[in-house]
Amino acid sequence: MEIEKYISTKQFCELHEIELSFITSLQELGLVTLVVHDEVHYIENEKLNDLEKIIRLHYDLDINLEGIEAISHLLNKVNLMQEEITILKNRIKLFENE
Amino acid sequence: MEFIDYYKILEIDKAATEAEIKKAYRKLARKYHPDLNPNDVNAKKKFQQINEANEVLSDAEKRKKYDKYGKDWQHADEFEKAGQQRSQNAGSGFGGSRQGGGAEYSDSDFSDFFESMFGGQGKKRSGGATKYRGQDFNAELHLDLKDVYVTHKQTLTVNGKSIRLTIPAGVENGQIIKIPGHGGEGVNGGPNGDLYITFSITNSTNFKREGSNLFADFELDIYTAVLGGDITVDTFDGKVKLPVKPETQNGTKVKLKGKGFPVYKKEGEFGDLFITYKIKIPTNLSDKEKELFHELAKIKSHGN
Repeated sequence: MEIEKYISTKQFCELHEIELSFITSLQELGLVTLVVHDEVHYIENEKLNDLEKIIRLHYDLDINLEGIEAISHLLNKVNLMQEEITILKNRIKLFENE
Repeated sequence: MEFIDYYKILEIDKAATEAEIKKAYRKLARKYHPDLNPNDVNAKKKFQQINEANEVLSDAEKRKKYDKYGKDWQHADEFEKAGQQRSQNAGSGFGGSRQGGGAEYSDSDFSDFFESMFGGQGKKRSGGATKYRGQDFNAELHLDLKDVYVTHKQTLTVNGKSIRLTIPAGVENGQIIKIPGHGGEGVNGGPNGDLYITFSITNSTNFKREGSNLFADFELDIYTAVLGGDITVDTFDGKVKLPVKPETQNGTKVKLKGKGFPVYKKEGEFGDLFITYKIKIPTNLSDKEKELFHELAKIKSHGN
């Protein structure tokens, strides 16, 4: 395991001033995937962006975990739809200025 | 620079309690937060206003100063000159060095009004400060279709740092690419954020593009359409000679395999070029020409 690509959940929680149980709950809901090495839980750097987003939703906006779960599904849909809109917009250009 | 009514932004009364301010902020933030409104510039702007209003009104000292000086904020600035450095937010300045290429990048969180009144006082908002991983940056890069026909390197300046970027041929209009580690710096040993570049590609050519396929019209004179012959057609990077079959109909489409646009990240692979024939009816006919067309018309009507 390349240690520089991970942060232990303990250190992460300390830096962000959040409870360890919050990360555990997220893991139970499948909203975050942890890596276990020598009985220590780590978060992959690649996943930090999504995790920090969840922390903002919970601590800044007061959204509970169930809400976050629903939001993350909806955001995935929004992203897919935005990609589709970009493709469709580009395709429309084929028919413009004829 | 104009006075900003933070109470109005949060839709609250001047006598609002701390709890009411918090509630109002959260209600509006749930509507406009960038995490909930991906790629929505208007929501982002609105959120910045809400966030700034909350920054001032939820801090007893800042609120006091704001309420005290209100519209006379310019004097407040002189009066309480803190002398501290203006806090640097995710900076600005992102420019393409190639001619015709250019990009803008701006992620400044606070208004001039705020900076002028509270500039040196920093921000307390929990979500705003980097705790481990650096911030992500977003930028838009404007290019012409011709620029993305070949893979090229381009040097960009993001927050004063030069980044040598390889832009793969065939990148799409509206496509977002992630440049890992070129966002804000991480703290406490955390990784840097990423830089997300959205490509905005204008097309000044006569070709229309869909993915890796190109489309173009070719004006075919009526004689070649009727009798057949050879024509020279423009492709994106040159010309090709093409045989036209006799009795070719208007609107006929021809596919030139591999003469389209490069396929993104597939070196040496190209889409197709589709040529649509638009048959040109001759105008300003001479008497002789008219006579001959009459002749043809007569033959045709007898033939039918």
